[in-house]
Amino acid sequence: MAEPITAIRAHPLAGRVHAGSGVAITLAPEAFRINLRARADALATLSGALSVELATMPGQSVTAGNRLALCLGPDEWLVIDVKNHPLTDLAAVEVLHSAVDVSDRNTAILVSGPSAADVINAGCPRDLSLAAFPVGACARTIFGKVEVVLHRPRATVFRMEVWRSFSDYAFQLLAEAARDQA
Amino acid sequence: MLLIRCPYCQSDLPELEFRHAGEAHIARPEHIADVDDATFAHFFFYRDNPKGLTYERWRHVHGCGRFFNAVRDTVSDKFVTTYKAGEPKPDLPAAANANEVAK
Amino acid sequence: MNSQPNRLVGKGRLTPAHKVRFTFDGKSMEGLAGDTLASALIANDIHLVGRSFKYHRPRGIVTAGPEEPNALVGITRDKARHVPNVRATVQELHDGLNATSQNRWPSLAFDVGEVNDLASPFLAAGFYYKTFMWPQAAWAKVYEPFIRHAAGLGTAPTEPDPDAYASRYGHCDVLVCGAGAAGLSAALVAAEAGLSVIICDENPKAGGALRHEADVMIEGIVGWDWAKATLSRLAGLSNVRVLTRTTAFGYQAQNMVSLVERVSEHLTDPSATPVRERLWQVRARHVVMATGAIERHMVFANNDRPGIMLASAARTYLNHYGVAVGRRVGVYTANDSAWAAAFDLKAAGIDIPAIVDARADVPEALVAKAARLDIRVLVGHAVTAAGGKLRVSSMCVARADGTGETEVIPVDAIIMSAGWTPSVHLFSQSRGKLRFETETQRFLPGQHAQDASCAGACNGAADTAGALSQGIAAAEAAIAALNAKGKASTTALTTTGGTSWNGSLIGAAPGAEAGKVVKAFVDYQNDVTAKDIRLAVQEGMHSIEHVKRFTTNGMATDQGKLSNMHGLAIAAEVLGKPIPEVGLTTFRQPYTPVTFGAIVGHARGALFDPTRRTPIHDAHVKAGAVFEDVGQWKRPWYYPRAGEDMHGAVNRECVTVRKTAGLFDASTLGKIEVVGPDAAAFLDLIYTNPFMKLGVGRLRYGIMCREDGFIYDDGVVGRLAEDRFHVTTTTGGAARVLNHMEDYLQTEFPHLDVWLTSVSEQWAVIAVQGPQAAAIVGAHVDGIDMSADAFPMMSVREGRICGVPTRLFRMSFAGEDGFEVNVPADHGRAVWDALMATAEPLGACAYGTEAMHVLRAEKGFIIVGQDTDGTVTPQDAGLAWAIGKNKTDFVGIRGLKRPDLMASGRRQLVGLMSADGSTVLEEGAQLVADPNQKVPMTMIGWVTSSYWSDNAGMPIAMALLENGFARTGEKLYASAAGGAGFVEVIVRDTQFLPTQKTGADHG
Repeated sequence: MAEPITAIRAHPLAGRVHAGSGVAITLAPEAFRINLRARADALATLSGALSVELATMPGQSVTAGNRLALCLGPDEWLVIDVKNHPLTDLAAVEVLHSAVDVSDRNTAILVSGPSAADVINAGCPRDLSLAAFPVGACARTIFGKVEVVLHRPRATVFRMEVWRSFSDYAFQLLAEAARDQA
Repeated sequence: MLLIRCPYCQSDLPELEFRHAGEAHIARPEHIADVDDATFAHFFFYRDNPKGLTYERWRHVHGCGRFFNAVRDTVSDKFVTTYKAGEPKPDLPAAANANEVAK
Repeated sequence: MNSQPNRLVGKGRLTPAHKVRFTFDGKSMEGLAGDTLASALIANDIHLVGRSFKYHRPRGIVTAGPEEPNALVGITRDKARHVPNVRATVQELHDGLNATSQNRWPSLAFDVGEVNDLASPFLAAGFYYKTFMWPQAAWAKVYEPFIRHAAGLGTAPTEPDPDAYASRYGHCDVLVCGAGAAGLSAALVAAEAGLSVIICDENPKAGGALRHEADVMIEGIVGWDWAKATLSRLAGLSNVRVLTRTTAFGYQAQNMVSLVERVSEHLTDPSATPVRERLWQVRARHVVMATGAIERHMVFANNDRPGIMLASAARTYLNHYGVAVGRRVGVYTANDSAWAAAFDLKAAGIDIPAIVDARADVPEALVAKAARLDIRVLVGHAVTAAGGKLRVSSMCVARADGTGETEVIPVDAIIMSAGWTPSVHLFSQSRGKLRFETETQRFLPGQHAQDASCAGACNGAADTAGALSQGIAAAEAAIAALNAKGKASTTALTTTGGTSWNGSLIGAAPGAEAGKVVKAFVDYQNDVTAKDIRLAVQEGMHSIEHVKRFTTNGMATDQGKLSNMHGLAIAAEVLGKPIPEVGLTTFRQPYTPVTFGAIVGHARGALFDPTRRTPIHDAHVKAGAVFEDVGQWKRPWYYPRAGEDMHGAVNRECVTVRKTAGLFDASTLGKIEVVGPDAAAFLDLIYTNPFMKLGVGRLRYGIMCREDGFIYDDGVVGRLAEDRFHVTTTTGGAARVLNHMEDYLQTEFPHLDVWLTSVSEQWAVIAVQGPQAAAIVGAHVDGIDMSADAFPMMSVREGRICGVPTRLFRMSFAGEDGFEVNVPADHGRAVWDALMATAEPLGACAYGTEAMHVLRAEKGFIIVGQDTDGTVTPQDAGLAWAIGKNKTDFVGIRGLKRPDLMASGRRQLVGLMSADGSTVLEEGAQLVADPNQKVPMTMIGWVTSSYWSDNAGMPIAMALLENGFARTGEKLYASAAGGAGFVEVIVRDTQFLPTQKTGADHG
């Protein structure tokens, strides 16, 4: 039996950072993620098991401690946790649902600063004004030529979840858009 | 770029998040293996492609992921209404009038 | 020559001390900061700036704005930064600006192409259509080169564009297009009510007509200063975004308006800003179009001579730039506003020999004021022709009714006005309906097609006061429509002074009527005269759209800004129809030219398209892999060692896999996790194969069809639990297969309790293939019994490898013992390195996609999309065994029963070997039975895959061949590479290597 390799995860964007005028682009800490699918009648049980009240409207999110649950579709949630794997909490849940580990599928980029929305609007057609996309809002949408999940934890901070192999493109486009901020 | 109302997200969202998915209300025959050639041809090949109000499917593919139905005017490119998959076909003139009133 | 001889001391708004040097046609000159190239040229007494498109006639500056049809120049910064066809009237002057005139050779003053002017009787409307018709043979050698040489203005840069361009989606409650009096007042009121506002204007500063109407006072201050103060107030509000140097050039559906912002065009150093231009796609809840009006020229003989320009332009040059357009300026008008220009010029000390007004009745006040200023007035008169060639030298004046003598008045400039045309381009693009106002002879915005309003001169406002009140009204309408919470404090703006913009003449002026053989230009840019329009109608072009195309009136970048109404009026007169019955042509986007760079935006170089790399990518780079593009993915193609070419590397990799083992990065495979109690039932419907009875821990190769019965994708399906499957798809099929499955799940089989999740990028996949595969993988596995009995071929086990979780598939697409090691992507690289460290001492190696293709072909395994093309059924591909015979339903079950799909003689997938045992066929080569038959030959199939196989010791190929299964052993002919005859081939099965007892992957 060979020695186990290091448990450290290799970040697809390791070391990348961009500081611009009015915006900083950094990497979110590594996290556990699950894609959760379920019908309305299962939500109470699942919310209890996950210790986070799952929102029922696509575009809404709920944060509880280290856990963030984004409602992406009428029966779909992306649950993110930097400390504990949400999958573990669902292991014993009997109610009908689908929980799939996608921890390594996504990586997350943080776009922060007063120009954050403008930078993302270089490639995202959504209205990111606070009126249309308030703090706590989330959406799966388009950024340039890739699909992303956006979440707004604070007025001037966005979390962009993007598939691993698209993350280099997303980061580069963010950095170029950040350079455009006069 | 159009704005399309996703009946699941209940909001008007940019067309880039959506993908057109062909004519709506074409049901796959229940015992498809047993249908005759004409029935299969009508199910699989024949499409109305009308000028004016058309029923069509869209998918909020880069959003909530749901397929839904829409009534759109192919002349003005305006959506009359959108509704969830599985919901009954709305009455056309009524839908068109509702849109006029809404404006 | 004096520096800037036409610059007047004490006039204009520029600062005399702020001097700027520029060159025109190589000559160094001086202008002032704030000048346009046009105002600086006129300051230097230069009117001749270009040659016309068709006739190469000398042309000057006609306008002072974006509507300029004539003064198109090339602007060169360096070798890569050359912009042709820049309107001198909008190009802001900066130090070192280098402008050159166009469409002339050898020089601007002496142009050989001018012969076209003399030949003009032969170059009338429709000339090209009539002339270049026959003989057919003349096209390639004579006509086309001639047209290509003659076509196009200016020259394109030859080097790649070094500048960066940005794009931005914008959203607002109210978008205001135009920052003149109307736009500013609308933006102010909307912003005061708390609405989010974007206001854009194509000019560097706000003000619109206030730029030339120096006598207008708003709220007690000079109009221009009010505009400046209002814009800076707006810019200071958090709910307003002010975009100057920004043109709204296109109006799309649902109030999406495209704007292009010119960021660095006015700067000496273009690298001072991060981007050259920024494209805005603004979605507004309400759009206020305050796009102003464009003054029309008078259509009279030789009205294109340099020095002849619009009255408002002359007034702009005087009042804003402090430049006199001439020293002895004739005035020709059919409209009040030109009189104001004449008065301003006279007051500045410029000689005005006469105001010629074609109208019979002119307001008394104007005549009285002219008398006070001692200006001669010729009401009811016409300028029948202009004299001079490189510069206007005189105007011939006669009575408008054609009676009496003609007087020749020497001038060095003529200013003219036939009235104002509302700029309804944006409104028209928004699909709004125009209405014709008969008394003022104007097309004005009628019914809106979108949530928008129009305000100011574009909406028929007669003067500044009207523009302001319309702006306020438009904003108030928006406030009501959008239920704004706030209330605007501005309800009215007071104004004094200014001129009326009414009064109008459209069509040819007296002296250029029907029957007169004169060059009275309607469209300067396209060299269309009044005579051309009449000819077009006479030749049967009765639709205005046909007239436009026959004459080219209003085409190209000009889009009829000056010419449209004149052309329409002339056509209507000949047709004997009222103008609204003839109708307007469609206004096309863009309103003014937009660079390709702005449209492309960020999507260049690395950002043109995403480049996808697997988690193991860097290891392949380190190993010296050559990569191939597979869709957006970079995949290792082969790993050449020192001295190896591609063939050498691929042969070695293929042999090594079968002799020892090879490692292959299969991370790009699509992967879908199918979870729920009905997962098996769902897969049973999606794949042709049966899945209900697949045991937990087992794998099955699956074929997926479309409803028509043709192969759509293939892959391996693994059952991890009763209610959990791990499905793989082809690399290219990943996204569409998931969409296909979601479509059926959501709309056809919604009763099934099952969900789909893409895990393509969750798992890195390392394929380890070959006799030593179990040894290599086994060395790192924890908690999985690797024995063939406990873990047979076509099974899946979950456990740990190298200490990280794995879904370990025992399978092979190379027909050997083998594994696909799935590990979480973030650990993919580390596991690859660990496996390679074990593999290499055993003599195993990494192999790339080319070797993978050869290895699978040696065993006759297909690649969907290469050996199939969307017309191939499972039976055609020799995969009939993969169809569940007892199933009552699956996607494609009925399609497969269509008569044509069940007919005999279909194209079927067969193996081919070259008769000479050495020639590698060309993929795509056509197959024929008889190479000596007459051309066009009967083609009976084609080669889909072809390789040299070291393991087989011969070339191997697969082909889709008509009735192929029945042709085994037949001799056929494949077209040879490069059209060099035919290669003799023999039809055979696709098993090129003897089948070993490995179970392969068709378990």
